[in-house]
Amino acid sequence: MKHYEVEILDAKTKDKLCFLDKVEPNATIGEIKSMFHKSHPQWYAARQSIRLDPKGKSLKDEDVLQHLPVGTTATFYFRDLGAQISWVTVFLTEYGGPLLLYLMFYFRAPFIYAPKYDFTTSKHWVVHLACMCHSFHYLKRLLETLFVHRFSHGTMPLRNIFKNCTYYWGFAAWMAYYINHPLYTPPTIYGEQQVRIALIIFLFCQVGNFSIHIALRNLRPPGSKTRKIPYPTKNPFTWIFLLVSCPNYTYELGSWFGFTLMTQCLPVAFFTAVGFIQMTVWAKGKHRSYLKEFRDYPPLRSPILPFVL
Amino acid sequence: MASTEEDGSVEEKENNNKKRTKSAIAVAWLTFYNIAMTAGWLVLAMAMMRFYIQKGTHKGLYKSIARTLKFFQTIALVEVVHCAIGIVRTSVIVTGVQVCSRIFMVWFITNSIKQIQNEESVILFLAVWTFTEITRYSFYTFNLLNHLPYFIKWARYNMFIIMYPLGVAGELLTIYTALPYVRKTGMLSMRLPNKYNVSFDYYYFLVIVMLSYIPLFPQLYFHMLRQRRKVLLGEIIVEKDE
Repeated sequence: MKHYEVEILDAKTKDKLCFLDKVEPNATIGEIKSMFHKSHPQWYAARQSIRLDPKGKSLKDEDVLQHLPVGTTATFYFRDLGAQISWVTVFLTEYGGPLLLYLMFYFRAPFIYAPKYDFTTSKHWVVHLACMCHSFHYLKRLLETLFVHRFSHGTMPLRNIFKNCTYYWGFAAWMAYYINHPLYTPPTIYGEQQVRIALIIFLFCQVGNFSIHIALRNLRPPGSKTRKIPYPTKNPFTWIFLLVSCPNYTYELGSWFGFTLMTQCLPVAFFTAVGFIQMTVWAKGKHRSYLKEFRDYPPLRSPILPFVL
Repeated sequence: MASTEEDGSVEEKENNNKKRTKSAIAVAWLTFYNIAMTAGWLVLAMAMMRFYIQKGTHKGLYKSIARTLKFFQTIALVEVVHCAIGIVRTSVIVTGVQVCSRIFMVWFITNSIKQIQNEESVILFLAVWTFTEITRYSFYTFNLLNHLPYFIKWARYNMFIIMYPLGVAGELLTIYTALPYVRKTGMLSMRLPNKYNVSFDYYYFLVIVMLSYIPLFPQLYFHMLRQRRKVLLGEIIVEKDE
């Protein structure tokens, strides 16, 4: 069995960073990353991007050396992805914040509102309902992060945690401030009926969103990174897969729409709108990669809104 | 800024090997646009100078040029569209921020707060803007016509060194002078309780705007300095990896 020689160059400066000889032909990129890490301990595997071309796409950890278009002396280019942090850590932090922050506003902790309101409770039942819904939503997200989701990537760039937390925590505080304010005005347009309908929409979409997460989880066996087209299951909440590629986003939008209706609060409407824009961008991207990867992808599906978007 | 939930690693721009040649219509439109804007700001400059020479004071100057200023500064919004559709190769966000800050100064400060219209700080930033825009638009015009006189290139990449700080000073001083009037009238502000369950205090908003100059101004200034080194001195700058 002939062995390979692997040299790793810096993608920008083209400096020779590492030379590995006697590499097995069936070695994976992941194993090569471990070897590279030994000679450069500051670059752990998660922050290495190894490619065939300095400006090309990153190779996958599963790619096998002998199946790549290289000679017996393989040249790879390395790019530092920067400090990395695990997805689970990011999700737990960015979701834990809103859960706790909202409760601080709900219980009217000191230094938020005028001192005479400290530790008082709102007289409007919709405020209590909103707190339960908001808390339920983020609790659900935390539990899904721990027990449901199967992540494609292990890590993301460290700076993302600051960006994401600012977004989630900032909006949570902004919304919570007004909903739990002593001068909060409950829905006026259709009053109690509005709140009831909003609650139904919210709960329906929470169950829907959870159903989609379970369906997506079941597409992928544990520990694998296989990609398959999602299809409707026996659960009626998944039948939306007939019309939409990313129904998890559709249901998420629905939940926040319900919450907006329930609280009749402009900051909540803003949050819903911004989330909608971001999720649409993600849905379109996901839809495009589905179309690229699968020839037989159902043509009736739209990225996020049936027939519309 | 393309990192998404789906792709945690920094997204790499797809290498586009197609040669980007602008269509003839795009070039024609941009040339017309830049000539028109150069002319507009020249008119403004001359109107300002004429007023000052004839009246000997700057009091009432803003009022005399207000309509022309509002027209030409607002039209600049179309530059955001140019970037969005790709006929101008600049970031939509950078252009958007720049144009919006101008629109903000004109419509939400100077135009709406009559009491500060005769302040010297207003004349200061108006003079800076006029000079800068005439240089900028004539630079673009000559570039499109492929005949760029060196003095225009020189002006564009050197005058900003003093113009930029002067402009910032004029703008900040104007906003600062406007604060008491904003507080007194409670303009553009909304208080609780109301049926939208939101509040907005324009006074504190302006304070935050003023504070935001602190991180933003150096970034833009150093960006221009880097551009200057690249264009005028031919320096090759290796971009810091994001």
